[in-house]
This record gives sequence, structure tokens and C-alpha cells, in this order.
Amino acid sequence: MTMPAVSPAAAETAAEPMLEVTDLTTHFETPRGIVRAVDGVSFTLDRGKTLGVVGESGSGKTVLSRSIMGLLPKRGTIREGSVRFDGTEIADLSAKEMRAYWGARLSMIFQDPMTSLNPVMKIGKQITESIRQHLDVDKKYANELAENLLRSVRIPEPEQRMKEYPHQLSGGMRQRVCIAVALACGPTLLFADEPTTALDVTVQAQVLDLMAQQQRERFMAIVLITHDLGVVAGRADEIAVMYAGRIVEKAPTSVLFTDMKMPYTEALLSSIPKLEQPSHTRLATIPGRPPNLVNPPKGCKFAPRCAYAQDRCLEEDPPLLPGSQPGHEYRCWFPVGTPEGIDALARNRANADAATGSPVPGAAGGAA
Amino acid sequence: MPAQPPDDMPVSGPEGARDLDRYAEDSLESGLAVAQGNLYFSAVEVGGEGQRRRGRKLGLGAWLAIGWMVFIVLFSVLAQLGVLPLKSPTESFAACARLGPFAKEGTAPGHLLGCDSNGRDMIARLAYGGWSSLFVATGAVLFGLVFGGVLGMLAGFFGGKVDTVLTSLFNVFLAIPAVVLALALVAFLQGASSASGSGGTNVDPKLLLILAIGIVSIPLLGRITRASALTWSQREFVLAARAQGAKPLRIMIREVLPNVIPAMMSIALLAIAIAIVAEGTLSILGVGVKPPTPSWGNIIGLDRGKIKESPHIVFLPALLIFLTVLSLNFLGDVVRARLDVRESAV
Repeated sequence: MTMPAVSPAAAETAAEPMLEVTDLTTHFETPRGIVRAVDGVSFTLDRGKTLGVVGESGSGKTVLSRSIMGLLPKRGTIREGSVRFDGTEIADLSAKEMRAYWGARLSMIFQDPMTSLNPVMKIGKQITESIRQHLDVDKKYANELAENLLRSVRIPEPEQRMKEYPHQLSGGMRQRVCIAVALACGPTLLFADEPTTALDVTVQAQVLDLMAQQQRERFMAIVLITHDLGVVAGRADEIAVMYAGRIVEKAPTSVLFTDMKMPYTEALLSSIPKLEQPSHTRLATIPGRPPNLVNPPKGCKFAPRCAYAQDRCLEEDPPLLPGSQPGHEYRCWFPVGTPEGIDALARNRANADAATGSPVPGAAGGAA
Repeated sequence: MPAQPPDDMPVSGPEGARDLDRYAEDSLESGLAVAQGNLYFSAVEVGGEGQRRRGRKLGLGAWLAIGWMVFIVLFSVLAQLGVLPLKSPTESFAACARLGPFAKEGTAPGHLLGCDSNGRDMIARLAYGGWSSLFVATGAVLFGLVFGGVLGMLAGFFGGKVDTVLTSLFNVFLAIPAVVLALALVAFLQGASSASGSGGTNVDPKLLLILAIGIVSIPLLGRITRASALTWSQREFVLAARAQGAKPLRIMIREVLPNVIPAMMSIALLAIAIAIVAEGTLSILGVGVKPPTPSWGNIIGLDRGKIKESPHIVFLPALLIFLTVLSLNFLGDVVRARLDVRESAV
């Protein structure tokens, strides 16, 4: 194991993980039919750990986080499965009962700091609102807490900023304010839904560092949702790759990057531009588009876009199979790096086409 | 789990972070960013200078509209308070009847704008009539704003069945011709008040008008509020507030309402203009402000038969209504345009 030494507290909670999601399913009723946005997702998360959830747009990352938090609208949403948090089943709690968890124990940071702050409310007010909602403190103490929070997320002159409106701050500063709001009541589990997507690259690193620091200080678990493998690479303990509403591969970070089994993970990784490549190198892409979630393909959901796909992939849906290393799971009949996988890829290259008709990179026929 | 007191948290960040924050501060102080409201945009927007100025400065039209509204409000309020040296609006100067600036028979000495067919001073009638018209229109819109606003907020924020029921209700009321509905309401309210007022108390007919026009305006104002509340309720900060455990009512009042109010204000100005016209219409139909108390509408209504011989009696109040409604419409547009600028900057 490449994990750092296990702390006593972590060992204690290892018996029962803080968050245990089992077979979570979230479907939406739409005029076009039922959209299977999240389709049987299971994972566990311990306190102090970070789970990275990676996937394309529309793979169900955001819906997964909102479904776990119970933030989705009741209307037209079918939600099944179990979410256990600190030993309590929270999947069937009403919004009224969930309010004790929201903000106080579960919290969330959103993608766009431009829209996740109220434009007509002062920064200070936005932080003290939830402090006063959850903690029995007077206004003065709440203000002090808010000021300290702003200081701890490294906002200069917090007492000044408290009196300002969101539009007076830059994007990075606003996201820090959002983090301060989310952390105000000391949650133990934080969902960060693409927290850096709307930010400059330089500010991205600062915000991620800040989150990591807060995580260490508060011994908090983070579910870091992103479409950018680079963001989670150095920061997540474990990574779950999502595709079409399912986890298609899940592994400890180092295992995932060295020993990936799912062709989709491989394709995601190879689409990251590399420094050593000459300029103007054509970026590797994944052909096709994510499947229609109303009528998903019969077999493996990724098969229509997969370079490894064989006839079997179109017929049978692969289950989550255990990998060679502990904690590694994947869904694939012809995993990357295994004899079956190498064989399948070679066969597709020779035929210049995958069984499903998707182009194969490096194929003899010169597709793509 | 109580919040950890973050008193002893490290304050200083890495140098890079500080530099960036310093930059942000500097540009804030220089006032660059404050104007447009967004730091990033302020650096990029070179061609936006003209647009920004248009957003900040009021045009000549807006100033004229504001000027007219200030004049007409002062004119009628001060008249009502008895501060202006005006003649009584109900006193008859028989010799001057129907005489005025454009009357065929000549002008009335001592009455700058002439007199109506009963010989009452036009300036005084226009001033006191302005008070009636503005009071009824403003009152009706406030009434409509309160009730339409509450219903619209509920419909837009909660959606679902609440929205379906309220929106269909609005639609039913909007389908009834407004004048017919107002007429029916006035008749009904008059009947109700005289039945209950037989004990001696007499309800001011202006209040009945406020109620009638106010009720008619509820679906209009409610629908606008609903539309605005609907868009704001779907914004991410509302979800963020929910994710922080805020109660629905609190979210509605603290998060959504302050954002909806500007839209309500801009439509309120337009609604006052419509209500002034509505009061005039009802007066002409004979169910408006009761003579001899003047209103712009009933001045026209009383003497609409004399339009050939003494056009000033009809045209002067019509002119005032025209200018006031035009100004209000214009100001409503100005308010809306300025709010659009603000929204795009946020």
C-alpha cells in the first residue's frame, strides 16, 4: 500500500466508514422518458479522506453529489438505494430532517462562484446566516466567527470585505468566500462540485491548496468532483471514474494512474496534453458522445466509443470486477493491460474498426 | 458537531496569493472595478466605455420625465395641503363658465386656464384632480404589489401545484376585460359598503376605487413577480442556501425577494401609469371619483360634451394624463434598462 501511516482516528472509523453509499440510483422523469442520471453507485469514504469523482459532462457527477446530499427536487425524481452517514441512514429523510445535516455536517461548494453567492447580500451576512441558523450564538460572536473564517481562507482585510457585495470581489476571492460559507458550521463532509472550473489556472491551485489545508485542520472528508484528472491526481486518496451514471473504475489514486483497467480511464488520461509533445500535436480525443441516458446501449455503456470493444461488449453489461490490488474495481470484459485486452485491441486494429464501428486509434485502415 | 473556533488558524498565505489579492485591492481602490462591478471584465472591456457611461448617466428624456413627475406630484400634493394660492376647485364663477384659453366665446379673466362648464377654476381642478388620480393610482398599485407580489413569490418560488393553481387563477382574471371587471368590482364594493355603512360610516369612494383597481392589477403584477421569482429561484445561490440548511421561507424572503424587488419596482411605475388611465376610464364611465371632488378622469367625463365649444376642459386633463403616463412609462424603461446592466455585471 502506498497510503500514509494510518492515524488512530482513521483506524477507529475504519470499522464503519463515515459515508457509505450503496446502490444509489437517481432517475428523472422527463417527457422524453426516464433519464438514468445515477445508476447504482456504491462507495465508501472515511473521515479525512478525499474521493475524486471524474467524468465527462453529463456522466452524472453533479447529480450524484446532490443526490447524496438530498438536494434534488422531489418532483420527477426517483431515488433509490442507501446513503449512510455517521451510522445513520439519510437517504429517506425529509427535507425538514435533512436541514439539521445541511451546512452543519454536510456542505457543498459549487462550480461557479459568480452565481453561488447572492448578488444583493453582503459577504458577512452570507456567512453569518448559516452560523446563526445552526449554532446558538449571538450576532456579535457570529460576526467574529465569520471574520476569522474569511481570514482562514486567506482573504485580506476580512473586516472590510464583510461589508462588501460579491460583485466587488474577483472570481478567486468569491470562491474563497464560498468555501468560508461552506465551512462556517464545521461540516465533516464537503462536496466540492467542480470548485475550480470557473477559475484561472493560477487561482485554481490556490483554491485547491486552501481546501486541502482546511481538510487537514478540520479532519474533514471531501468528495472532489471534476472533469479534470489533473486536479484530482495529486489531491485525492481514491478516484472514481464515472460514465453514464455509473462508476466504471474505482481505485486508490496511485493504482489508477499506474494500473488502469478501463479503456475509458485510459482514453481520459491520453486526452491530457503532454509537455514533452511538440507544439501543435493533435490532442487525443474520445470519439463519439456520451450515451443517451434515456435509452442507454444494451451492453457496456462505453462500448460504442471504445477501441477495445468486441461483440461481447455490445451484448453483456460488465459487472464491477475486482482488480489485482485492494480497492481497485472496474467494469470491463477486455481490461487494459491484460492479455484479453491487448488481444482485443490488436484484433480491432487489424480489422481497422472496433466491433461497434468506433474508430480505433493506430488502426491499419487509418481511421482517425 | 460544533464549529471549531478558527481563532488560531494561519493568517498569511503563500506569496503568490498575497500578490494576487494586492492586485485585486489596487484595482478596486482605483475605482475601475467598482463601476462595472467585475474585476475581470474591467480589464478586458476596452470597448465597453461608452456602454458603461450610458448605463450610469441619465439621458435628457429621463431627466425631463423625472422633472415632470416631480412637478406634477408637488403641484397636486401642495394643492391638497392648501399651500398653493389656488381657488377652490368646487367654487363656481358663473360668468366664467366654459371660458378659457381655447374657448370660442373668449377667455375668463383671472382664470389662467379658464373654467369648466360650471365655472370652476381649471388650475385648481387640475391640481386637486391630480391628487385624486395619483392617490388612487398609487394606492391601487401598492395594494396590487403587496397581494400580487406575495402570490407571485409563492408561485415562482414553490412552483409545482402552487404555481399551477395560482397561475391559472391569474389567467382567469386576466381573461376578464379589465374595465368590465373593475366596473363590476366598484359596483359590488359600493353596494357592500353602503349596506354596511348604513350605520353612519361612509367609506371614501377613493378607497373603493383603490380596492377595485388594485384587485384588477393583482394578476398582472403577480405574473411579473412570478416570472422574476422563478428565474431567481433557480440560481445557484438559492441551492447553496438550501445546502447550508436555510428554511424555505427564509430563502424566499432573504435570498429571492431582494433580487425580485427591482423588477417589481420597474413594473410598478408602468402599473401606476396604467392605473391612472384606468381611473380616468372609470370616471368617464361615471363610477370613478365622485363629483364634485375632481379627478383628471372625471373632469374629462363631466364635460366631454363641450369638447367643441370649450376644448380646453377636456384637453388640459388629457394632456396631464398623457404627459404623466408617458413619463412613468419612460422611467419604468429607464429603471429596467439600468437593472439589466447591473444583472449582466454580476
